[in-house]
Amino acid sequence: MSDGAPAPDGGPAEKDFNAGGGHGAVPLEGVPTAIGEAPQGEWPLYEVFVRGKRGLNHVHVGSLHAADDQMAVRHARDVYTRRNEGVSIWVVRSSEVTASSPDEKDPLFAPAGDKVYRHPTFYDIPDDVPHM
Amino acid sequence: MTDHDNAYEGLLGGDDSQWAFGTDFEDPLAGVDTTIADGVDPAGLAAYCLMLGDDALVYSHRLSQWASNAPDLEDDIALANIALDLLGQARLLLARAAAADPTVVPVLPEGSPVPAEDALAFFRDEAGFRNVRLVEPEDADFGVTVARLLLFSTYRLALLERLRSSNDTVLAAIATKGVKEVAYHRDYAARWFLTLAQGTDESRRRLLAGLAVVWPLRAELFETHPVEATAAEEAFGVDPAVVADEVDLLLEQVLSVSGVERPDVRPTGPLGRGAGRDGRHTEAMGRMLAEMQVVARAHPQGRW
Amino acid sequence: MTAQTQETRPGDEGPDERPDEAALLAAFDATIARHDRIEPRDWMPEKYRSTLVRQIAQHAHSEIIGMQPEGNWITRAPSLRRKAILLAKVQDEAGHGLYLYSACETLGVSRQELTLKLIEGRQKYSSIFNYPTLSYADVGTIGWLVDGAAICNQVPLCRTSYGPYGRAMIRVCKEESFHQRQGFELLSTMMRGTEAQRAMVQESVDRFWWPALMMFGPPDDDSPNTEQSMAWGIKRDTNDELRQKFVDMSVPQAAALGVTLPDAGLVWNAERGHHDFTQPDWEEFYAVVKGSGPCNAQRIAHRRRAHEDGAWVRDAATAFARTQQETAS
Repeated sequence: MSDGAPAPDGGPAEKDFNAGGGHGAVPLEGVPTAIGEAPQGEWPLYEVFVRGKRGLNHVHVGSLHAADDQMAVRHARDVYTRRNEGVSIWVVRSSEVTASSPDEKDPLFAPAGDKVYRHPTFYDIPDDVPHM
Repeated sequence: MTDHDNAYEGLLGGDDSQWAFGTDFEDPLAGVDTTIADGVDPAGLAAYCLMLGDDALVYSHRLSQWASNAPDLEDDIALANIALDLLGQARLLLARAAAADPTVVPVLPEGSPVPAEDALAFFRDEAGFRNVRLVEPEDADFGVTVARLLLFSTYRLALLERLRSSNDTVLAAIATKGVKEVAYHRDYAARWFLTLAQGTDESRRRLLAGLAVVWPLRAELFETHPVEATAAEEAFGVDPAVVADEVDLLLEQVLSVSGVERPDVRPTGPLGRGAGRDGRHTEAMGRMLAEMQVVARAHPQGRW
Repeated sequence: MTAQTQETRPGDEGPDERPDEAALLAAFDATIARHDRIEPRDWMPEKYRSTLVRQIAQHAHSEIIGMQPEGNWITRAPSLRRKAILLAKVQDEAGHGLYLYSACETLGVSRQELTLKLIEGRQKYSSIFNYPTLSYADVGTIGWLVDGAAICNQVPLCRTSYGPYGRAMIRVCKEESFHQRQGFELLSTMMRGTEAQRAMVQESVDRFWWPALMMFGPPDDDSPNTEQSMAWGIKRDTNDELRQKFVDMSVPQAAALGVTLPDAGLVWNAERGHHDFTQPDWEEFYAVVKGSGPCNAQRIAHRRRAHEDGAWVRDAATAFARTQQETAS
């Protein structure tokens, strides 16, 4: 693959660091960022939708990995609702989502059919859902 | 979107309701009527609460050791949830024990601010703990964890379901909350049990090895201790012998769906005439407590 | 260094059929200029994508590696309430890593690929986590100073131009501000405790102050890429601006706690309206990033062990799911 090669000592090639890496400065050079082949055997990606309370729609809250649908529901409870009661969860394999296509062609993503639908997003959940 | 530019605002005061665990020590039983029912012996109630509380406390500790070590991020989070549920149950049960009979709480130096639940958790010696031995050992891998969690949660769920009708309103309330939690723990364990049993040859091998490790400690769960006999007689607790058949049937279902035979292993015998509920534990227990209690014991006057 | 990724993508269309790149770039720039968000299916310059992958991946890695220094104290937490708080916090960090890996996956890189790059040492994480936690006070100090510094970095990212990253950051920041306040509250409680506890807090602050300052990265004149990242709205403030903000916020908090920040050069400069302070030892920073920190090898070895020890479990679930599917069909 064509990943950027790390500096010979495994460290950054230059003294260029960006504090935007969230938990502190991270190097900007010598870090591979290319799209590679998805490793074999990784659990598939699921999209998670949660109904915060009765009367509300299910809302997309994020995504996670699971081996099958049942595991995805359990993981969704643990990750996105901390098993809050009275909450309804939907999960769907990301690859099963059909999306309307934007008008323009998608030169960056069009070829990677299995990756087109990797759209995890993190909408706000209503305030009355604890731990969300 | 809230104003994230002001994350620091409120740090030195302000609205405490946003804090996940409050801003100061709060008695877990604050506001709860802790009156003891007529005909219930407070010392017996306290001793019984320590048993169930210590089971949860010690097992929560072991499960918490998975943090940052689990097979995947999702299960890291799931195992932490289970550990947190049990830790919550432990706090309530230890607090109930202390409220019922303050003499069970170790005496600390004059003026120590250590609350009763922490005095019980961190200042009792090994022989004072009343948990079953099943929850003590450290797990060698996820296969042992799944097997142990299946046994433990099946047993505990059966107890808590009955405990919901305890004549001690506090225990009944703790059990009602706990049933929902432990039902999830059992489901988690059973699904992983089936998955590992029918996954790969390697996962099946490890699961069977794990089951053989924990199975011998099963018999101890159902032996009626005098404290439990009294608890059942006075209607605040459950005699574990009465749930033995039900637990066995449930385990049999999981094993049979998974295509797993009962391990042919001999039960771990008692130590003299006692076992975990008498304060006689495995070798793992002392090491675990040494680690768990080290900071608290170094600061008997400490505030945390 | 990243342009080649487009050439290697299987099934890529020939350059003739490609929409006019100039027009796409103009539309992209217009979206950024409107302060609107870029979403995964939008066209984006390769450099924008690769900058995001690098930043989000290393942020996710920091969350995951960051579980270790605090996780080190879960089994020794001195009260049951503190144990619950700490375990929940380490769990939140797993969640943050998970959200961020997911955001990164919208850019076409899988979590497993990223994990492998982390344990092979090809992608980095924040160097703060290469320092050890030596007392329970460190749990509080990490919450107060390290999470505090992280919030300075992260809050502006909620408005970052890339939609999935910004949405992930909103969740992360909400939980992170709990962590920071919990850390502060632990230290403040310990300061009301015994003399030994107060000494433990001061010693911990002495150790973490300088690494916390390093979290913002070297001074801006050493960071040439900052400008482009700021133009794209991936980064919102410079390293030095964030560091100054952090120092100015920490001083009154330290006073409220009753701890001394270990910098004799830390004084209020009325003219600037900011505190003057001493720069941390940047040579130490570069040494730690390159692998010579107290815990670099240990942190990666831990992550590698967890990943490799878990392989049989993940494989089992995959195999089981396949069998179930075959049985059903």
